[in-house]
Amino acid sequence: MHLNFRPSRRRTRVAAALAVAALGTLGLLSACGQSPHPSSHAGDITPGPGQSQTAGTAGDGETGNKAGTASSVPAMPHMSMPPSSPDAKAPATGDAVAIKNFTFSPAKLKVTAGTTVTWTNQDTDPHTVTSAGSGGPLHSAALTTHATYSYTFTKPGTYAYLCTIHPFMTATVEVT
Amino acid sequence: MAEYRNSDETHERSTSAQGMSRRQLMRHAGWFGGAVVLTVASGEVISHMAGSRSATAGTAAGAAPASGTLRFVQISDSHIGFQGPANTDVTGSFAEAINQVNSLGFRPDFVMHSGDLTHLSTAGQFDQVRQMMTSLRTDRVFTVPGEHDSIGDAGRAYRRMFAGGTLGDGWYSFDTHGVHFIALVNTLSLEKLGHLGNDQIEFVRRDLSGLSSDTPVVVFSHIPLFAMYPRWGWSTDDALKVIALLRRFASVTCLNGHVHQLFTKAEGNITFHSATTTAYPLPEPGRAPAPTPQVVPARQLKDALGIRTVGYHQGDRELAVIDRRLA
Repeated sequence: MHLNFRPSRRRTRVAAALAVAALGTLGLLSACGQSPHPSSHAGDITPGPGQSQTAGTAGDGETGNKAGTASSVPAMPHMSMPPSSPDAKAPATGDAVAIKNFTFSPAKLKVTAGTTVTWTNQDTDPHTVTSAGSGGPLHSAALTTHATYSYTFTKPGTYAYLCTIHPFMTATVEVT
Repeated sequence: MAEYRNSDETHERSTSAQGMSRRQLMRHAGWFGGAVVLTVASGEVISHMAGSRSATAGTAAGAAPASGTLRFVQISDSHIGFQGPANTDVTGSFAEAINQVNSLGFRPDFVMHSGDLTHLSTAGQFDQVRQMMTSLRTDRVFTVPGEHDSIGDAGRAYRRMFAGGTLGDGWYSFDTHGVHFIALVNTLSLEKLGHLGNDQIEFVRRDLSGLSSDTPVVVFSHIPLFAMYPRWGWSTDDALKVIALLRRFASVTCLNGHVHQLFTKAEGNITFHSATTTAYPLPEPGRAPAPTPQVVPARQLKDALGIRTVGYHQGDRELAVIDRRLA
């Protein structure tokens, strides 16, 4: 059965019985411990080979290396939800793909060149529509619930895509 | 306090990327490895290897301070920016987790956030989580990115804020208290599963090459390095290449997030520990059509959330891992 990490009375009873055996084994084994490795300044955090500074950012108490802190991070332009395009509101001219229950539906869509395909996220989780591999044309932002993304396919071919947040979600659009 | 020992012997060596059926997963969970001992007591799950010097290891992770003892904290999957019924206040939950870290009764040597700091990788979410983490009472805060931290930009915004002092796409290593730590990035490639890539595997090879085999090694990643449930992407397709490099070490502990639930598995010298989240629970593998946020009664939510402390006493073979529910 799958391990439940919350103790139950039943499991505790079983566990208590097993503990005797486990502790017995441990008692024997614990006598064979290794000797400590003495080293100076072992409490310091030092970067690994090939790294000149320690990664991470300072906690509340550190006054030393703050190379990782974000004080100099510039405000960055970032993604916004895609505006619903005119195409999204005109289903007659665009084929639709629903994103629901962590699947693209239909998973294989066939359209003719010039078709605008619109994806609509019906999950509460965010998803993306992103070309598999590099150089593909599909690059949606993170689509929150009911958000849409549209793309007009102009060249024939098979376009594989996935959700980068849940990359086991894959599908294709075949353009003829 | 009662100890629970799963005594099934494991000969599992496969972290195949193939899909795992529910039944196989059950076996997987049932194997667990003969070596993992879990101690369950008052909201804590303590696990360590059967062959370790359990008494000192337990003390190392506990509240009693001792010199030469390493203690660090792992927090994970805060998903700042998430909005949904599974947790209507992830910011509040993360603040509680930080308070719990600050109330442990000892000052951890460092805190590792193992990814999905944000929900949607926006600048505002990154800024918020970074600011919140500056209140952690520790000397150093480390991170690895989750797939939610690299939406749409292959992790550039994440790296701008968190990748100072790192190599490649944000991976790094460090040493303290005689333990070697490696932090890996397995969320950037557009693969079905987590992916490390040859550059990063080469980094690990070089990183470990000068290390004595009796050095304890801890490996952090967001997505598990073992095949926890590939159908939902809970696996790393090229992790075996790194696992092979770790085989010669006496003690290896792999700590990951991503799956929003506790899970422990031993494979020979390597122990894997999936951490829970500070945001919202996900279903157990195969227990739902998809890994969607689980809505549980408010009282149960805190039981599903938590933080992890890890202790190590120099000279011991194993680390002591204690998972604590959100107080």
